[in-house]
Amino acid sequence: MNTIEANSVVMKKLLIFTVVMFVFGFALVPFYEKICEVTGLNNLLQADTLAENPQVDTTRLVTVELDANIRGLPWQFKPLQSSLRVHPGELVEVMYEVRNNSDREINGQAIPSYSPQLLAKHLKKLECFCFSKQVLKPNETRRMPVQFVIESGLPTDVNTVTISYTFFELAGATAATSTPKGTQG
Amino acid sequence: MAAVHDHDVAHAHDHHPSGMMRWMMTTNHKDIGTMYLWFSFIMFLTGGVMALTIRAELFQPGLQIVNPEFFNQLTTMHGLIMIFGAIMPAFVGFANWQIPMMIGAPDMAFARMNNWSFWLLPPAALLLLSSFFVPGGAPAGGWTIYPPLSVQMGMGMDMAIFAIHIMGASSIMGSINIITTILNMRAPGMTLMKMPMFVWTWLITAYLLVLVMPVLAGAVTMLLTDRNFGTNFFNAAGGGDPVMFQHIFWFFGHPEVYIMILPAFGIVSEVIPTFARKPLFGYSSMVYATASIAILSCIVWAHHMFTAGMPVTGQLFFMYATMLIAVPTGVKVFNWTATMWRGSMTFETPMLFAIGFIFLFTLGGFSGVVCAIVPIDIQVQDTYYVIAHFHYVLVSGALFGIFSGAYYWLPKWTGHMYDETLGKWHFWLTMIFFNLTFFVQHFLGLAGMPRRIPDYALQFADFNMISSIGAFGFGLSQLLFLYIVLKCIRGGAKAPAKTWEGGKTLEWTLPSPAPYHTFETPPVVR
Repeated sequence: MNTIEANSVVMKKLLIFTVVMFVFGFALVPFYEKICEVTGLNNLLQADTLAENPQVDTTRLVTVELDANIRGLPWQFKPLQSSLRVHPGELVEVMYEVRNNSDREINGQAIPSYSPQLLAKHLKKLECFCFSKQVLKPNETRRMPVQFVIESGLPTDVNTVTISYTFFELAGATAATSTPKGTQG
Repeated sequence: MAAVHDHDVAHAHDHHPSGMMRWMMTTNHKDIGTMYLWFSFIMFLTGGVMALTIRAELFQPGLQIVNPEFFNQLTTMHGLIMIFGAIMPAFVGFANWQIPMMIGAPDMAFARMNNWSFWLLPPAALLLLSSFFVPGGAPAGGWTIYPPLSVQMGMGMDMAIFAIHIMGASSIMGSINIITTILNMRAPGMTLMKMPMFVWTWLITAYLLVLVMPVLAGAVTMLLTDRNFGTNFFNAAGGGDPVMFQHIFWFFGHPEVYIMILPAFGIVSEVIPTFARKPLFGYSSMVYATASIAILSCIVWAHHMFTAGMPVTGQLFFMYATMLIAVPTGVKVFNWTATMWRGSMTFETPMLFAIGFIFLFTLGGFSGVVCAIVPIDIQVQDTYYVIAHFHYVLVSGALFGIFSGAYYWLPKWTGHMYDETLGKWHFWLTMIFFNLTFFVQHFLGLAGMPRRIPDYALQFADFNMISSIGAFGFGLSQLLFLYIVLKCIRGGAKAPAKTWEGGKTLEWTLPSPAPYHTFETPPVVR
């Protein structure tokens, strides 16, 4: 084999390797999602469990503000009350209302966001519409509950917290087949 | 008739297009190396002007010169330009000039692709720089282009993404060329373990480049589709995850910092033995240390993200893995020191820069180990301590390596000796002003001054003023380097073939300046 042939063999191998690494970059996306799912690093969309005997701290009140957003959906989405005051440790249920204004069936998935950030550690959600996708028929309106406890471990300097949800459309999904894939990463 | 024909054939080989076309169409590794080096120097000055604008703004507290939006564009572009425009092409320039001469090959393996890899760079740089002039301006979210900022920015970000794509393609082609040249075109008798250290470090660097550059291309492609085509890889409100970008980016980003330092290790490993007049101490351990650094560099990326949210187990793993890199790096530093031990040393400019490299790079390495400690990193994350750390490894590491190599090989490239007195001035001015600029930034960082801000609290004023004075001194000193290089090209004492008494590698067997075509008949290495 002369040098020119040998060179082109090496080049071909390296080009293949380059393409493989490019694909690997994209393969990291499902890989990270899987890792987050398996290790429970980012379990925003799974129900929490409560401690055996939750203590209600009746000496303090925390203001919980509720927020609702949509991203690129022909939906209306709002909490039925904009804020409430709760005792840490107390089980609370709030309602959200969502309405599909379009004349087609749409799959939506809600993703939560908390403020301040450390609320995520102290918020236990027993039930939430964000645990599964929501399929709304044309012009359907739905009321959906969220059940949660703010643990008494919440630092005492935090008096107001915000729980926010954003609905986005599960792209390309039809009502029958889709799963909330890609929402757990 | 036959005679005329022969005459034409004899000349056809040496006949080059002249003027601009010579440089546009050249496939000669020396021409291409020269273009890479000049390109990187122009980018170095461009990024330097941005750095000086940053330092001018930070000279005093308050907003004086630029507005905060433009300041953020400057810090971002300074990083991108220096990394992709200055440091990386400079090392590719060295590789083009030196690797064929050091392994006894006539040229690079794919000469035409070599031309193409270079000529991709100027359009990419123009694309990147012209993003300053579009609505919304240049990218301003930091050189790491983290979402959500990079998803929300104006079209300047799209231009930067395409520029990164093009530069990445250029790097990958350059690496394929270098790997093939080194693997297939060595002179008879030059086994892998007889290769000069510079060639070894570039072989390993080139492998790192083909390993991680495509991953960066993937990451910025995802950004591009998130921005323009409605995907949601990194948008939490669309089911994506912004932290995932950081993981993918640093999978590229950490090996990248070794891509920028390993060739400098190689240059220093050539310079130190030459001026200590002793063979490199522990050659094989140097090779293995370089390879271990490269492998370890691929499993430590998340130490850039300790504060981004990670389980303690993860933090511990990445902390220990990061500290482990100090071991092979320490092997290298001790080997360089041992090479100097009882050598008959002389201190010409390349040697001064090499010793400056060892001294200051080790300092930068130490502050790197400090940053690797999770509780300390949480304190110093995104402060000037980190700025000081990576400028110690990238300026007094990579850049000093480049200066050392430039002075070392300039006589071989130009056929003239550079002005030794001015070279020493350049070194000492660079050394003093560098430390003036960056040493105080350690204190600023420990005191809590955040990076990427145009204004700061009053207690940081004195150190910032010192740093800015140092930066302007450092910047101006580099004009002296330009003068020295130009003077050396235009004339000077005739350089002998073996410019340096201790030079043992193959390029010193060639006349100075190195002829346009070298080693068309391979030398035999014993």
